[in-house]
Amino acid sequence: MMNKNLYNYILGVADNSLILGQRLGELCGHGPSLETDIALTNISLDLLGQVRGYYQYAAKILGGNASEDTIAFIRKERDYKNVLLVEQPNTDFAYVIARQFLFDVYHVLFLDQLQHSRDLTLSAIAKKSLKEALYHKRFSSDWIKRLGDGTDESHSRIQNAMNDLWVFTNELFQLTEADKEMLNEGIGVDVTQLKADYYNQLNDVLNEATIEIPEVKFFQKGGKEGVHTEHMGYILAEMQYMQRAYPNMEW
Amino acid sequence: MSENQIKNLEAEFEAKISRDEKIEPKDWMPEKYRQTHIRQISQHAHSEIVGMLPEGNWITRAPSLRRKVALLAKVQDEAGHGLYLYSACETLGISRDELYEQLHTGKAKYSSIFNYPTLTWADMGAIGWLVDGAAIINQVPLCNTSYGPYARAMVRVCKEESFHQRQGFEIMMKLAQGTPEQKEMAQDALNRWWWPSLMMLGPTDDASVHTEQSMKWKLKRKTNDELRQQFIDQTVPQADLIGLTIPDFDLKWNEERGHYDFGPINWDEFWQVVKGHGPCNKERLAARKGAWERGEWVRDAAMAYAEKQADRKEKQVV
Repeated sequence: MMNKNLYNYILGVADNSLILGQRLGELCGHGPSLETDIALTNISLDLLGQVRGYYQYAAKILGGNASEDTIAFIRKERDYKNVLLVEQPNTDFAYVIARQFLFDVYHVLFLDQLQHSRDLTLSAIAKKSLKEALYHKRFSSDWIKRLGDGTDESHSRIQNAMNDLWVFTNELFQLTEADKEMLNEGIGVDVTQLKADYYNQLNDVLNEATIEIPEVKFFQKGGKEGVHTEHMGYILAEMQYMQRAYPNMEW
Repeated sequence: MSENQIKNLEAEFEAKISRDEKIEPKDWMPEKYRQTHIRQISQHAHSEIVGMLPEGNWITRAPSLRRKVALLAKVQDEAGHGLYLYSACETLGISRDELYEQLHTGKAKYSSIFNYPTLTWADMGAIGWLVDGAAIINQVPLCNTSYGPYARAMVRVCKEESFHQRQGFEIMMKLAQGTPEQKEMAQDALNRWWWPSLMMLGPTDDASVHTEQSMKWKLKRKTNDELRQQFIDQTVPQADLIGLTIPDFDLKWNEERGHYDFGPINWDEFWQVVKGHGPCNKERLAARKGAWERGEWVRDAAMAYAEKQADRKEKQVV
């Protein structure tokens, strides 16, 4: 019998990378400079590469006809377990960078733990992904500083983006049922333990970037349980169109 | 400089080219050589950048993760090609900002092919197979062109292009061997991309204004018509192999010539597209200009930040 908790746990990890990779893919050819265009496409490519590793593993656990593509393209909105942060739109470059930074800092802390998982496949994927996530974090942190400590306009744009996206950070540290089960088995990461480090690191970079830490008392959550923002349906409608229109074919 | 000195320099320059030696950025070169290369290299760079758009159009909709990742990698390669080529062009004494300005005002052109829309997933296959295929035919001889920085950029570009072409052919093959719906999608894409791909190789020899000079400078080794014939001869058997039909009733093997005969190309359509009135000219240019304008505050921020950092460093030293 398949390990449902492990399967759900993997989705909880991989869906973040899929949806963020999809968001970054929208930007291709539209970046503010050729260099940032290449960098964002590169990050998207890394994230989607990670997704394939996770989903191939999940498909094996699921058995039957499951594949990385059935997992990506046939699930419905309520079955996606990504956090709300990664599905937020590419409003402008400041939002893209703020979203990336808020995710990357978490991602590095998370992978750094996951590489010690007792599950050897997850540990191997985490090791490979960690190298990439460190690069992503460097890119987004550098841009946080450039925008925060750049011009008045860039400062106010990145400050706005940070204020708007901050409400989605707390969800990163919520434990799902699958998280708790996997934690007991020494497979999963206790994300609650990452929280203090996470906010400290954000503070350091934002201080240097002269960005004020948003004063947010209320946070948003739900993505991990499949209760998403209204953006999610559109992301999936676009992403899944081909598999829905032409089911069960090889590409 | 006296007229005599210039004549000497010109003679030395011509001799270098005939000996197949490379011209390098600091070498003397005739102004016309410089201008022709700025025109050609920048058009080439612009084509890579505008060319990201028709394919970028399908990244979010690619039918499988494997294809999505491959498409992302390909478009990223194109951006990289744009970078090499802009750098090569800058060695001729023009800035990237000026080159962008020329693209955005319509003064500089880019390949006409990217003014066609990508309507189905099969277009990703057709572009790789046909458009990159035609590009390779155009570009391989450029690896030996007389201007060193351009030739060296092309060596790297060509390696990646032939990889993209194989990838595109593989997409087409998979579709052609798939369900009837998939095969129909592939055939439809071939029908729409075939003629525009032939047009990519440029106007016929009698209508091509730059050919003679470009042959002299080894910017071109074969004429447009020769390259087009080569492309057709190489592509028809590939279409046969995967069971697709080239949309040309006049296409026929000519034993005597050892080449395929083919039907007339609609040059009115070609000139319409080149002059800015193709199906996507407006959208493509608007997308590039829009990205540039929307990105201005970002580039300003990066500059301001760099200046502040430099100031701070200076103060620390003092």
